[in-house]
Amino acid sequence: MSLEELARSGVEAALAAGASDADAWCEESVSRQIRVYDGAVESLSDAGGRGIGIRAFLDGRSGYAYGTDLGEEGIRALAQAAHSSASVADPDEHAGLPDDFGVTEVPCIASPEMAAWTTEHKIELALAVERAARSREGISQVEETVFADEEGSAAIANSRGFSASYAATQAYAYASAFAGEGEDLMTGIGIDLARHPGALDPQAIGREAADRALALKGARQPESRRCPVVLDAFVSASFAGFIGAMLSADAVQRGRSLFAGREGEVVAESSFVLADDGREPGGPSSAPFDGEGAATRRTPLIDGGRLAGYLYDARTARKDGRATTANASRGSYRTPPSVGTTNLLIEPGETTLEGLVSQAGEGLYVTDVAGLHSGVNPVSGTFSVGAAGRLIEGGELGRPVREITIASDLVGMLRAVSAVGSESRWMPLGGSVKAVPLLIGEMSVSGS
Amino acid sequence: MSLVDPELAARVLERALERGGDLGELYVEDRRGFALSLDDGRVERPQAGRELGASVRVVRGDASYFGYVDGLAEEGLLRVAGSVAQAVRGDARTPQAPGSPRPAQGHPVSRRPEEVDAVEKADLLRSCEERARAAGKEVVQVTVGYAESRRRVEIYNSDGLAVSDDRTRTRLSTQVVARRADSGDGPPRVETGSDTRGGHAGFELLAEDPEAVAESAARKAITMLDAVDAPTGRLPVVVGNGFGGVLLHEAVGHGLEADAVQKRASVYAGRLGEQLARPGVVAYDDGRLESQWGSDGIDDEGTPTQRTTVIEDGRLTAYLYDVVRARADGVASTGNGRRESFRHLPLPRMTNTYFAPGEASPDELIAGVDRGIYAVSFGGGQVEPATGDFVFGISEGYLIEGGRVTAPVRGATLVGNGIEALAAVDGIAGDLDIATGYCGKGGQQVAAGVGQPHVRIRELTVGGTAG
Repeated sequence: MSLEELARSGVEAALAAGASDADAWCEESVSRQIRVYDGAVESLSDAGGRGIGIRAFLDGRSGYAYGTDLGEEGIRALAQAAHSSASVADPDEHAGLPDDFGVTEVPCIASPEMAAWTTEHKIELALAVERAARSREGISQVEETVFADEEGSAAIANSRGFSASYAATQAYAYASAFAGEGEDLMTGIGIDLARHPGALDPQAIGREAADRALALKGARQPESRRCPVVLDAFVSASFAGFIGAMLSADAVQRGRSLFAGREGEVVAESSFVLADDGREPGGPSSAPFDGEGAATRRTPLIDGGRLAGYLYDARTARKDGRATTANASRGSYRTPPSVGTTNLLIEPGETTLEGLVSQAGEGLYVTDVAGLHSGVNPVSGTFSVGAAGRLIEGGELGRPVREITIASDLVGMLRAVSAVGSESRWMPLGGSVKAVPLLIGEMSVSGS
Repeated sequence: MSLVDPELAARVLERALERGGDLGELYVEDRRGFALSLDDGRVERPQAGRELGASVRVVRGDASYFGYVDGLAEEGLLRVAGSVAQAVRGDARTPQAPGSPRPAQGHPVSRRPEEVDAVEKADLLRSCEERARAAGKEVVQVTVGYAESRRRVEIYNSDGLAVSDDRTRTRLSTQVVARRADSGDGPPRVETGSDTRGGHAGFELLAEDPEAVAESAARKAITMLDAVDAPTGRLPVVVGNGFGGVLLHEAVGHGLEADAVQKRASVYAGRLGEQLARPGVVAYDDGRLESQWGSDGIDDEGTPTQRTTVIEDGRLTAYLYDVVRARADGVASTGNGRRESFRHLPLPRMTNTYFAPGEASPDELIAGVDRGIYAVSFGGGQVEPATGDFVFGISEGYLIEGGRVTAPVRGATLVGNGIEALAAVDGIAGDLDIATGYCGKGGQQVAAGVGQPHVRIRELTVGGTAG
């Protein structure tokens, strides 16, 4: 049976169990992960998974069950579990399937070139990443080098007669390098992702890991200051991911977002433009439909400095009297859909990274933040997070610093964006973000 | 009855070693879970899951070859064993045939969660909400979560090992948001509080006043409404018991995991026997502690869990091992080879990690601080094991002024280094408590107990929001 047929059988079983409406999400994937260390394979994993998640609606109540048994009996048992768990939930007048379903054509998310790559070939790629990092002068260790890829398919079916499926491929590699020894030791990560291994540049990944570590080698704690701060793309991606989560209509409706009730208000400097786009061809999270079968689209979030809108799934859209933005996201078949970002895009500006640093004059260039999720208050937006990077002195990168925290509040930070970088790249941080560096006019930096 | 026939397990191991290997292993799992939450006054998101699957691992030299399959059908198991073997380059090895799996000494479960009616669980969530709302009119939102899981695992390996473990975990958690209008015309103050009760135990864990979890979360949120901006600078810090132990877990524990140590990716590498803390400081990793969150009967390679003294009288005494890293160092596994599920390779992981109780009282520790921070609990933390640098967001914290706890502080972060923090521990109280954490590493989440009594650190960097 095809995945789509399996999904349809899940829906039928749920209706037979007594559900008034239902949908089923079915997934299949083959994935490999190769870790190399010191010029040799450390581990090689080859895995195949298949599973289904069934959502049953019962007069405004909903229940979910997932499992790996895709036989007739197994699917029937899951459908019954979904139906019976629904009966424990309280009714929600807005719950239910979306009002319309569909498929957006998203080209190139599955690469046929994947099949041409043998395991040996992929091992060579991982080893090349490690060599590129290790061969940089000053690198004391390459702790971890990973290559991974996946060929996956997903299908959805629901009780309104809709069903669809798609296939996608993904390949990525990263390395973590150390520069210096003892107290001077600092680490750096290099990463790249693409639709097939051939589009990854092992030299660039290894070099990036090495360069990021070397840039921080010998970092010390600086004195506290208030100053302009340049966030590199790694860091701006993490912040964008956090902002995206706060723009979920679910967080907003539950009063758990600093953006609640601020639609149309000025929340950023006008040069900072943010959108969610589930059909961007290069986007790792692109797909023809979302986790409940709505056709993916582009949703402006922050535009012209103002809060342009929120991210919706069917339930939250109904509650606000809006249309879904096709942001019902599924981590896997093991979780029911919930509001989440697809690909976040920060619109590139016109200033190079060098230009941002020069414009900052005296300040801080941040390449690492830690503890973002524990350090940001989602309701007030105030944050204080650990960071490392380089001081900016006379418009140029100066000595490396660590053990610092940067503090502000998110809206305050967005309104202080004084320039947006021009070099954009996909980052698998904070979800999936096409990020650029940002210059923030002033932040509080605490050190010694 | 076992999940797979031992005779089939023997054939899978034989297939796995058909092109050589020092160790062949079959890991079999039957996972069930149920979760339910309450949000905005509504019981929602009931989720039931059932997954069966197995993985095959072959270890040869320093390399591990691994594959997994959903389902326990004979054909799938033999296929994954064959595909793993394809990656190995050597001569076939005959495994020692495993017998029937021997059950590990487990942890008592007197009320099986899966046998408790879901309606009772939903009612528990409602009574938790009620208790949280009763804590004060400032409580504007209550979220309560309930989760249960049961993992039956069987592990067979080519050395003839055949063991099984039956693991039940139950957990109740509450998050509360409190709000208070500003007395002027500023924005309202909004703060959050959370608390959790969980264990390697059944529904009996929630027999005694489960609503206390909700009340405590609400009190924290309300208290934080009065919070002042946190100071910035180097200050003495008294860390609270229970979840305060996440500092030990992150800043020390991860650096003791043997994979990091062997790759020289830990500041604790090569420092066994060194005096890293004051005499008298003792810390353990203990996977045997009865009914604790991070406990199991055996680890995920079949090694019985044990208590490992990692710091004794201030000296670093042990690292935490799984089988592969133990072989590399010529020592025995410490029973720390853990994995999230059959879909993952085992890694050296902590179980329950905690500072042993000392002699002081929490009040004495606080009385010794003229100006500092009392960090009761953390929103989470992160550490770079290679350098020991850590960052923790304080979710509930207070100023200490003149030896007394005064105003709550918001937005404070602790930034420091594990080695320095450990050396700076200058007081340990007697009130040990262990809290429930989820620890992420290498893309795998496992249940980890974090704990300690009240601990005082002479000086740490506090990153605040006050100018």
